[in-house]
Amino acid sequence: MRAVLFGLVLTAVALALAATATGTPEAQSQAGSCARANLELIEDGRLTLGTDNPAFPPWWGGGETRRPWKISNPYSGQGYESAVAYAVARQLGFSKGQVAWRHVPFAQSYRPGDKDFDFYVAQVSYTPARDRVVDFSNAYYFVNQALVGREGTGIANARTRAALRPYRLGAQLGTTSYQYIVDHIRPSERPLAYRSNDLAVQALKNGQIDGIVVDLPTAFFVTAVQVEDGVIVGQFPNRGGRERFGMVFEQGNPLRRCVNRALNRLWANGTIKRIQTRWLSQAAGAPVIG
Amino acid sequence: MLISVASTLVFFGVLAFLVTRAPGWDRFKAYFFDWTLYRESFPEIAEAFLINVRIFLVAEAIILVTALGLAVLRSLTGPVFFPVRALAVVYADFFRGVPTILVILMLGVGMPALQLEGVPDSEIFWATVSLVLVYTAYVSEVYRAGIESVHPSQDAAARSLGLTRLQALRYVVLPQAVRRVIPPLLNDFIGLQKDTALVSVLGVVEVLNQAGINEAADFNGTHYLVAATLFVALTIPLARFTDWLVARDRRRRQAGGVAT
Repeated sequence: MRAVLFGLVLTAVALALAATATGTPEAQSQAGSCARANLELIEDGRLTLGTDNPAFPPWWGGGETRRPWKISNPYSGQGYESAVAYAVARQLGFSKGQVAWRHVPFAQSYRPGDKDFDFYVAQVSYTPARDRVVDFSNAYYFVNQALVGREGTGIANARTRAALRPYRLGAQLGTTSYQYIVDHIRPSERPLAYRSNDLAVQALKNGQIDGIVVDLPTAFFVTAVQVEDGVIVGQFPNRGGRERFGMVFEQGNPLRRCVNRALNRLWANGTIKRIQTRWLSQAAGAPVIG
Repeated sequence: MLISVASTLVFFGVLAFLVTRAPGWDRFKAYFFDWTLYRESFPEIAEAFLINVRIFLVAEAIILVTALGLAVLRSLTGPVFFPVRALAVVYADFFRGVPTILVILMLGVGMPALQLEGVPDSEIFWATVSLVLVYTAYVSEVYRAGIESVHPSQDAAARSLGLTRLQALRYVVLPQAVRRVIPPLLNDFIGLQKDTALVSVLGVVEVLNQAGINEAADFNGTHYLVAATLFVALTIPLARFTDWLVARDRRRRQAGGVAT
């Protein structure tokens, strides 16, 4: 897995070197169709981005400082996704003040109809089936799923996926986390699917379910803040290719190419790595469930 | 006959033309009418629908009894029964007033949170209880309307024949009342069938959640069409059955002869 990532970074570095070699100045004034003036945007002169509410750490930060945002504030530039989004915006030539955030529930990000965002960033995993309906940017994060249980319960000692089968598990509806339970853990009892992560967490606290599956960084938030006796039982290795988060675009939106170019540059010049160290470093170490 | 056929053809022709000419029609069609997906996901969603059917059957049987009880309590006369009547009114007002989804959330999340010994944790259990509570309130009003529609002279005649108050209710008033309210009763049950989908807020993977899961996996809404098909397949026979019951009742009551 590391090797894949490393390879990707190398490629990106090479691309960036090639770009600098031809004399393109960093960050500003990209020529051609990706020049700020030539971008097709929802609202002229600014980048309109969508994410779900509540926005929560470690993906978002800055606290509850701007209505209607709960828990975190996407405008803060703090938290992994906020930081990456603003880095991309800067690459495209937008200042911090020229970025606006809209609350878009996950389901609204892909349903048909006019999109009221330029792109959507809310831990959406790429899958080929989804890619037929919307367009995804290149990866801005490679993700592992993880299992959260409660201290002192039987599930907390599980070390293999087979050992998890007798337990009652849950996840947020429509997420790849839920799909992971169904496809790779295959518990004997039907897993539960909650409308929001908070409802799943509540069910875990109530003892209605033994464990919830979320992505690893979110697992750190759940155990640190939401569930007092919560414990990360472990993270799951990915089967068949790494799962990755991408930004979601309306199909055929030409902006995607420019965002991809910006992301490549951010991978290459180490910005994304730095943002990861800053916001997700604690989310790296968790035992692996084989 | 000819005119009705022609007007139907023209009406639906124009409608189809307008809809398919909508600029987003192709996207709409791709999103909701993907027949390959429809066939693929039908068995999975139908299996999840069995949970709805089970909840509905259990709840309906209980509601028929509890609602009748509540209606009878509310139609008790005499000052002694005032507290009972008052309670029945408060109950009906409360549970008809609070959105069903809130009752389900409060009981389904709240009761297990109490962590009381002997209180079930099952989401399906609490969802069924919520539906029973809410629909008992609705259905009891239907029963009450039926009871009040029976002319007081019926009760008076029964009492004068020496029947006790309870006997008069049981043998004279209720049989007439219940027969009259069968159509609105079944109407409420169709509502109940559909409201079983609200159980989804508790995380139970019933028909709506299964459709939602499949939607998010494919970013395609055809799975909702499957769910809709299943609900309609259940309610249409019930509606026709109600029509038939009403027609039969009318025939029987008019069997003595119709004034011409």
